[in-house]
Amino acid sequence: MTTMPASERLPASLRTEALESILVERGLVDPAVLDKFIGMYENDVGPLNGAKVVAKAWTDPEYKERLLADGTAAIAELGFKGPQGECIQVLENTSALHHLVVCTLCSCYPWPVLGLPPAWYKDPAYRSRAVREPHALLSEFGLVLGKEVEIRVHDSSSEVRYMVLPERPRGSENMSEEELIPLVTRDAMVGIAKVSLPG
Amino acid sequence: MDAIADLGGMQGWGPVPYNTDDPPFHEPWEGRAFALTLLSINRLSGQNLDAMRHALERLHPVDYLIDGYYGRWLNCAELMLTDSGVIAPGAIDARARRLRGEDVPEPPEPTLNKPDYTPAGPGSLRQIDDQPRFKVGQTVRAKDLHPLGHTRLPRYVRGRTGVVERIQPAALLPDTNAHFLGENAQPVYGVGFDSTELWGPEGERFTLHIDLFETYLEEA
Repeated sequence: MTTMPASERLPASLRTEALESILVERGLVDPAVLDKFIGMYENDVGPLNGAKVVAKAWTDPEYKERLLADGTAAIAELGFKGPQGECIQVLENTSALHHLVVCTLCSCYPWPVLGLPPAWYKDPAYRSRAVREPHALLSEFGLVLGKEVEIRVHDSSSEVRYMVLPERPRGSENMSEEELIPLVTRDAMVGIAKVSLPG
Repeated sequence: MDAIADLGGMQGWGPVPYNTDDPPFHEPWEGRAFALTLLSINRLSGQNLDAMRHALERLHPVDYLIDGYYGRWLNCAELMLTDSGVIAPGAIDARARRLRGEDVPEPPEPTLNKPDYTPAGPGSLRQIDDQPRFKVGQTVRAKDLHPLGHTRLPRYVRGRTGVVERIQPAALLPDTNAHFLGENAQPVYGVGFDSTELWGPEGERFTLHIDLFETYLEEA
């Protein structure tokens, strides 16, 4: 595992193929099981789940209350649970309070509602800067918050996972739950963006 | 340990590379590495999630950064599988060279050496009888600990004073569970730190919320 000169490094893609080849040859891994895991996170478990949770919370005040009181249980009502979802807490963004989620030590992320984390969330730049200069970071993402807005950064250091409930955009009052779902982005549920109306 | 993985507050990284529609896997091998590592954590190596995070921590800093996220997962799977005697050190590289046509010998299959460890229940949360030592609203200090092994106490909060905001569900202590030295399920606290306490009066103003195990905290 020690590091070696760049010229001698084997590509991670080849090393991955090698590990699979060894484990399959030994009968320890079934390639079909790998395909199943990969397919699950490529097709089924992604930010659309979280968007459904948010849209329901925006249109159903009782659901929103349950979601903020016990995120794990309210999210499970919609059928979303599984790895990295043992305890999910939902943070409500308002005009006065803006939550931002990070994991400085690895890349902990609420898989059942957001799927696997995007590259930027896993990047050392995001992990290092979110807990030190969130205003600068957010403005680079195009989100400039007023001085009156308190920023709360959540470092996911234990098994608790965080999802942001973004503010419902102005002008969306007459939209149905189904119409709201496509507006809700992964970025807004991590806290690097707000939800806006199209156009 | 004070590892490369503990990135909070480090400077010099520059802008975050950002892509709106980032797919779960950029290349097929990333998905394979992801799935192989998931299987390696417990089913293949007999270890656990905390041991996996410790394996990530133990990677050489250059390897940690240069191989990217799923390369890192692959490297940590290799570490767990070699530690548990499932594959031999060097086995992956030897097989990789053979796959690309080099005639190199492969190391013999090692003797299994899985940890003697049975979790007391599923997942990382536990019901415990102990009452939390600290109360919501209480001022606490994160201890200035520098353990040689795994920890989830990042450097940037060590020695800093904050306020307990929430009692979180009790959970296994990663510091011992990662080493199969006991689950030590204990209270976890959501602690709020003022940014000036962490980074001084010249820095940005915000609040930092972090979940800390009871072992990491003392009265302030």
